[in-house]
Amino acid sequence: MTTATSATLASPVRRSVRPSAKIFRPARLGIYAFLVSAALFFLVPLYVMGITSIKPMDEIRMGNIFAFPVALTFEPWATAWSSACTGLQCNGISVGFWNSMRILVPSLVLSVFLGSLNGYALAFWRVKWANWAFSILMLGAFIPYPVMLYPLVRMFASVNMFQSIPNIVLIHTVFGMPIMTLLFRNYYAGLPIELFKAARIDGGGFWRIYFNLMVPMSLPIFVVATIMQTTGIWNDFILGLIFAGRDNYPITVQLNNIINSTQGEKIYNVNMAATLLTSMVPLVVYFVSGRWFVRGIAAGAVKG
Amino acid sequence: MKNTRTGPKAAWSAHAALLPMGITVLVAYVVSILWTIRISFSTSKMLPKSDWAGGLQYVNLFTSDRWSTAMINVALFGLFFISGALIIGFLLAVFIDQKVRLEGVFRTIYLYSFAISFVACGVVWQWMFNPQLGIQRSLRAWGWEDARFDWITTQDMAIYCVVIAVLWHSSGLVMAILLAGLRGVDEEQWKAARIEGVPRWRYYMSIVLPQLGAAVGTAVVLLAVSVVKIFDAVVAMTNGGPGDATDVPAKFIMDNLFERQNIGLASAASTTMLVTVLIIIAPLMYVRSRANAAGGH
Repeated sequence: MTTATSATLASPVRRSVRPSAKIFRPARLGIYAFLVSAALFFLVPLYVMGITSIKPMDEIRMGNIFAFPVALTFEPWATAWSSACTGLQCNGISVGFWNSMRILVPSLVLSVFLGSLNGYALAFWRVKWANWAFSILMLGAFIPYPVMLYPLVRMFASVNMFQSIPNIVLIHTVFGMPIMTLLFRNYYAGLPIELFKAARIDGGGFWRIYFNLMVPMSLPIFVVATIMQTTGIWNDFILGLIFAGRDNYPITVQLNNIINSTQGEKIYNVNMAATLLTSMVPLVVYFVSGRWFVRGIAAGAVKG
Repeated sequence: MKNTRTGPKAAWSAHAALLPMGITVLVAYVVSILWTIRISFSTSKMLPKSDWAGGLQYVNLFTSDRWSTAMINVALFGLFFISGALIIGFLLAVFIDQKVRLEGVFRTIYLYSFAISFVACGVVWQWMFNPQLGIQRSLRAWGWEDARFDWITTQDMAIYCVVIAVLWHSSGLVMAILLAGLRGVDEEQWKAARIEGVPRWRYYMSIVLPQLGAAVGTAVVLLAVSVVKIFDAVVAMTNGGPGDATDVPAKFIMDNLFERQNIGLASAASTTMLVTVLIIIAPLMYVRSRANAAGGH
């Protein structure tokens, strides 16, 4: 089923040309009414976030959550970025933003590289034990993190790596490996074997075929993998909470701390600005990448 | 897959390149899981012990009020979330598939929330559900004087707030999966059905839906696994409250691991979670292995 599904999932293109403008029937109106109201349901939280983040607090206290601000202010954004408090420290969400960046970049490079390498080796080279390992890895994709957390904590603690950037990077690599490996393996398995055989006859070794032939041929999959891992790692909460350490908390953990640990009155406009700042990276990735993002979902779906 | 491609006898480089994967599988997956299972049969409290306590932790677990609350919550959540996401996702996919204008715009809107983190999702909906300043007050301001929408602070209703928030987050995923399935359905069938006088909705329910079996199955498994895992959204939105009204198994495990120093109990809960997931995905694995055996690739 895998290839067939991924092919159709990968390109949700229009199947046929739209019939030339028909007379507007009530049924069409119903269709659009449904689609528009559903769109409103999806957009309302984004609207509320945006509108709240540019309202002064007294308007929030007095007014309507959906109402447009009377006196526009961008101060909540500045506060959220550089001086909102997480517990005792008041350096804003920017700390988490840069932490997330420091976590994201190495995790992304390592997990995508290993995924492509695994995929290539599994698809073209006969390594018996690796097929077993791959089957277990696929099963592992479904196992909830809590099942493996504690032993991993102990293992990293025993080599003095617990709660550090290298720790969280390795953790993201480990938990990203099933989907990354599957993504690349399926792609390489779909390439004609003759291509590989020809490269072998030309005397290409394992690494040369990988770097000179396979990597250039699979650039689209690298893009998909990068999109998936960027949003996945950026949005992670539970792993960062445990393995990153207090000084390296990613932006999601910081956001939760800002929202839920403030003493006294909650500063909703700052909270919403912080939430938008936290969501900015995945949203930009989503809106820029469009169809590529959907391809990533397709790959995730094939897993199932 | 098998027999169609016979790669060359592996060079040493291939073994070496696959070593990180081998180590990951062995250490991070196999050893970790077995270790957790082992701890669940010990009396470990703050540190893991290697004694044997039989099923003591499981007895403690299943007689714990908090665990049963968490299980009931996750069951309720799972029931409403999975059925809700399937219904919303199916409707969205079918309506989008009616050759509408601006299809790309609608698709983009329905899926963007899926790109956002569960934490952010929980935070926004916590704000909208705020009984003092949120939707409730807007309803009153618009003239519904005694409107009540304080679910998030109500014991019996708080879990449905989580359902709504996560539906907002993930329904688009179901839409994307089912829409891809719909695009694979042969349109000639509708022409035939129309001649027979079958109404459009009947056509979708009785003819199209059965052909979407694989896509629906995929969606259900993805949703079910996310139900078992649910943690971030709850922590950000209610932190398990009010009281323990929105407590979930993952939160129970995390609290017992890192705050209550009750490793043994947490491991028993983890093992229970593991078994649950295996029960969910076993049918899927079975279907896939049969498909492979039938030469499906």
